[in-house]
Amino acid sequence: MTRQAVAAGVSALALLAGTPALAEIRIGASLAITGPAAFLGDPEAKTLEMLAEELNANGGINGEEVELIVYDDGADPNKARTFATRLIEEDEVVAVIGGSSTGATMAMAPLFADYEIPFISLAGAVVIIDPVQEFVFKTPHTDRMACEKIFADITSRGMSKVGLISGTGGFGASMREQCLDVAEASGVEIVADESYGGSDSDMTPQLTNIASTEGIEAIVNPGFGQGPAVVTRNYAQLGIELPFYQSHGVASDEFIKLAGDAANGLRLPATPLLIPDQLAEDDPQRQPVQDYIAAYEEAYGEKPSTFGGYAYDAFHLLVDAIERAGSTDPVEIRDALEATEGLAGVTGVYSFSPEDHMGLDLSAFRILEIEDGGWKPVEE
Amino acid sequence: MAGQGTTTVPNGAGQTAAAKPRRAARRGIGPGLRTFLIFAVLVGLGALIFPSSYFYRVGTLVWINTLAVTGIVVLLGYVGLVSLGHAGFFAIGAYATAILPNYGIPSPLAMLAGVALAGGLALVVGRPILKLSGYYLAIATLGLGMLIWMVLSKEAWLTGGPDGMVVSGMNARNLFKLVGLKLKSAEAWYWVAGFAAAIGAAIAVNLAGSPTGRALRAIHDSDVAARSLGIDVARAKSLAFVISALYAAVAGALLALANGYITPETGGFMHSVEMVTMAVLGGASSVFGALVGALILTALPQLLTVFADYEHMVLGGIMVLTMTLMRRGLVPFIADLWTRRKS
Repeated sequence: MTRQAVAAGVSALALLAGTPALAEIRIGASLAITGPAAFLGDPEAKTLEMLAEELNANGGINGEEVELIVYDDGADPNKARTFATRLIEEDEVVAVIGGSSTGATMAMAPLFADYEIPFISLAGAVVIIDPVQEFVFKTPHTDRMACEKIFADITSRGMSKVGLISGTGGFGASMREQCLDVAEASGVEIVADESYGGSDSDMTPQLTNIASTEGIEAIVNPGFGQGPAVVTRNYAQLGIELPFYQSHGVASDEFIKLAGDAANGLRLPATPLLIPDQLAEDDPQRQPVQDYIAAYEEAYGEKPSTFGGYAYDAFHLLVDAIERAGSTDPVEIRDALEATEGLAGVTGVYSFSPEDHMGLDLSAFRILEIEDGGWKPVEE
Repeated sequence: MAGQGTTTVPNGAGQTAAAKPRRAARRGIGPGLRTFLIFAVLVGLGALIFPSSYFYRVGTLVWINTLAVTGIVVLLGYVGLVSLGHAGFFAIGAYATAILPNYGIPSPLAMLAGVALAGGLALVVGRPILKLSGYYLAIATLGLGMLIWMVLSKEAWLTGGPDGMVVSGMNARNLFKLVGLKLKSAEAWYWVAGFAAAIGAAIAVNLAGSPTGRALRAIHDSDVAARSLGIDVARAKSLAFVISALYAAVAGALLALANGYITPETGGFMHSVEMVTMAVLGGASSVFGALVGALILTALPQLLTVFADYEHMVLGGIMVLTMTLMRRGLVPFIADLWTRRKS
């Protein structure tokens, strides 16, 4: 056993870590750059790196350079918490952006209260900001708001009886719950409620069921990934004429490619990122949206995604707060962040308050209709 | 893996642990106590050199993983059974600790309940699926783990669904306050996790030397031979399965409390694979293998963040090299080298 103990000790000593060098203003991020949530974390990390570089090229914040420290937590809450500890203690950052997923965000959140460091999450769920935690903010709108936006559009078209067909994955299940929850307050009645598995290849039975429900006037599909594309194709194959709504979860050009012509005529709530050239001249989001798309395309040769947009907004909110605070003290940055008023980002126009750490209202969402394989904003 | 394990891996636990009691008895302390002391020294050494809470945090994870992997050592190293579902038991311990306090049950009791539940489930499920061996057993345990994972991610009213849930309740810091010690919570959890791992290792080592342990190791070499010696093979396998599930559940409960938040991924397939990988990498025949495996796979990714792009290549490379050059794992390999140099 002594032999084995010595072997263990030797391996232990071989693994002691070093500490990184110091810089001016350090901002940390823990994102799901690899793993199952990489489609979130990858554009987020690219966006942050691009913005930090751009900022430093333009002289930094209040004349000080910014150092961005990014770790890949692979959406694992366990790793995320370790990296958050590391960012705070070892890297001595003044603020942290991240948590691509809700799990990672919630695992990190308690640390920021302990150490009094401001934290801006890029994950969706309502639990992150309700109840409000003093040091925790977030940039994406919630699925609850998506439901409210969809229902508002439905009622404005003079309809009220809605059928739901939801994916059973995390996104679909959570949004379905929120939709059921806000239906009554939005003046909508859910008359049918079906679901499908994430890898199902045919949803015609569920759709037939919903379409034959008495009095039904519109159908909503909370879901993520390939499921909604299949639902959309089945919808066209069955020749259903009812107004059809998708969620913000599929608001990307890839969805139109997957669903093809079947997607024409459906509506969904989305950020203005999809319609940069169709935004009104006086729209406060026109400038940030066009800037972001141009910069991202130049840096990476591809279109930015909604998720990268969340990181864009988080970074700008933070830089704005540090500038206004005129200090790199984390608590003063937090106070300035909470006082943010009318900052236009690509996701929406942010106004934080002590009661609201997301700072968006329904106007952050635009209802878009797919027309000839492209996006068209619906006049409100 | 299991097929290979039973035929080609010489039973390291057998040699070392069988030789040990005699030698240790001469010196006056039992092998279990010695293991405990060695672990205690390592835990203390860590505390001496750690400069910040971040190191304590990584250290805590190392000890928690060591505890869980010690269970795998009992199952895989002693008996030669592969389980790809142990993250399920880990998650049962974790989720019980998270859920029950919401119903008014204090954390320590919730922990116990979770551990008992995991043990009970292992007992009930163990009998039928342990009739299988090799790949078939691996697949059956894989199924079990996936079932548990599915329940955790679908029953959102209870578990919070795929987004996970907050674990409220006990903080280890308060334990130390009772005896008048003021520690940061990261440090407190480090000591608790280290202590748990040391106890777990001592029990596992004592088990190896006991009549039951000998029976388990006899099964490792041959089911038939063990049966002809009068060993109740089904019962012994079931026992090992339950013990290893208990280890996983305790580790899960500790992780839930230390993190304050859990998601169904704690019970996911990748976590099961990670546990087996740690055991095999370090050397499944010994609790020190569990420690080294847990240490490397927990701490190394932290070191490799500097070259994040190559992290997976380096980890994969280390594993391929270890498995081709040191088939029994790191610790037995280094231990052998040591013996050869001496003689």
